[in-house]
Amino acid sequence: MRVTHWITVISFLALLLTGIEIVISHPRFYWGEVGHSQTATLFKIPIPSSRATVPSGYGYVLPDQNGWSRYLHFEAAWALVFTGLVYVIAGLWSRHFRKNVFPAPEDMTWSAFLSVISKHLRLAPANEADARSYNVLQRVTYLIVVFVLFPLVILSGLAMSPAFNAAVPWVVTSLGGRQSARTIHFFVSISVVLFFLVHIAMVVLTGFANRMREMIIGSAAIFKERL
Amino acid sequence: MSTISRRKFVTGGLAAAAGVSSLAVASRLSKKYGLVPPDSGGIYGPGETLTYAAQQLLARHSVAREFPRSMISKVPFANAIAPLSDEFKLLEAGGFAGWQLSIQGMVARPASLSLTDLKSFPVRSQITEVVCEEGWSYVAEWIGTPLSEILKACGLLPHARYIVYFSIDPDWWESIDMSDAQHPQTLVAWAMNGGDLPVAFGGPLRLRVPRQLGYKSVKFVTRVMATDSLKGFVSSVEPKSPNFGYAWFAGI
Repeated sequence: MRVTHWITVISFLALLLTGIEIVISHPRFYWGEVGHSQTATLFKIPIPSSRATVPSGYGYVLPDQNGWSRYLHFEAAWALVFTGLVYVIAGLWSRHFRKNVFPAPEDMTWSAFLSVISKHLRLAPANEADARSYNVLQRVTYLIVVFVLFPLVILSGLAMSPAFNAAVPWVVTSLGGRQSARTIHFFVSISVVLFFLVHIAMVVLTGFANRMREMIIGSAAIFKERL
Repeated sequence: MSTISRRKFVTGGLAAAAGVSSLAVASRLSKKYGLVPPDSGGIYGPGETLTYAAQQLLARHSVAREFPRSMISKVPFANAIAPLSDEFKLLEAGGFAGWQLSIQGMVARPASLSLTDLKSFPVRSQITEVVCEEGWSYVAEWIGTPLSEILKACGLLPHARYIVYFSIDPDWWESIDMSDAQHPQTLVAWAMNGGDLPVAFGGPLRLRVPRQLGYKSVKFVTRVMATDSLKGFVSSVEPKSPNFGYAWFAGI
């Protein structure tokens, strides 16, 4: 399971870097089926572009890096899909999701959520039991990332492929058209990046060395940190 | 410290052996069934091969989405082209009456076809989307001669595996496999949205491949060549290609 985590990290970083690179060639977003430099946008990212045909407002054009970026984006996507499948199957098989991730029914209440949030806001120290298991906020977040954001980012990415859309047209149609799929792909990616940033912040705040030790060799040295 | 149990060791070893042998079998089978793209080497080769093989296995005969007339883009986007040559301008001044499309390579009857000759073939009209790898897209009606009809008339030889097609611009060519070359939607298009194909959109002749990204739809086509190997004149596969190292299969 820890191996799948680190393959996912590498794939995610490759996808993020190349995704930014690809967006630079057309930093304009639309809704519906079509959209281009001469149509109205949903929104634009105010950055220079790697294409002279994009009215970016900047007097220069960045170099085109889409060739290798696209190759690497799709290769990393394949790695992520296979790793994700292994992770989900192993997680179901070993009951990892049931034991550690699915929230207990009594925790799925607003008061339980609020209690976790207020504990965080008050920077209340974690007790031994809290530190050994995931709280309801973490559980729900992980479930959303694994079972909503990742499938959605993969589907909306596939819905930009003309060959995939020829084979499975209902995916792009149900997302509202090709440009809608591209916009959704962008926002879901942003959501995953936000999760990534908060996740890193939490790892650092709760003791970078011990968390890394746990995720690399599997056991924490001694529980001696205080939050 | 935990030690690896014997059971874990045995199952792990078996899984690794199964993995290696199934990879070897997969590699042999995929070559046999034409699942390996010409740019399968290098560090991006595995990803590219997975993409191409998945497409060949699941979607070889699928048909690109066609749209209702109401969805034709009011403003299509022509994209930038390199300056046109004097040769092109001369042909344009003559209303493209002198434009020829030559069919060569692995065909029984090589031919050179004028626009009038092409229009005597069966005509297909389709409303499809032009999708650029940059992200933008538009929908237009494309009217032309299916490439498969031309290949049939010229007697395409059975061992041909790819079609290479060239623009009048000497730095511009592309290639596709036979599943795309024989696909009913792959057109040698000579009209768009009811009128002659405008020069900005590739007129007088553009090879439209609607199941792939826009860069496979070469403008100003003058030559189509059937071949069994892309060695020597691949486009996207070679570093000096006109596509700046873009993937050969552009269905994604």
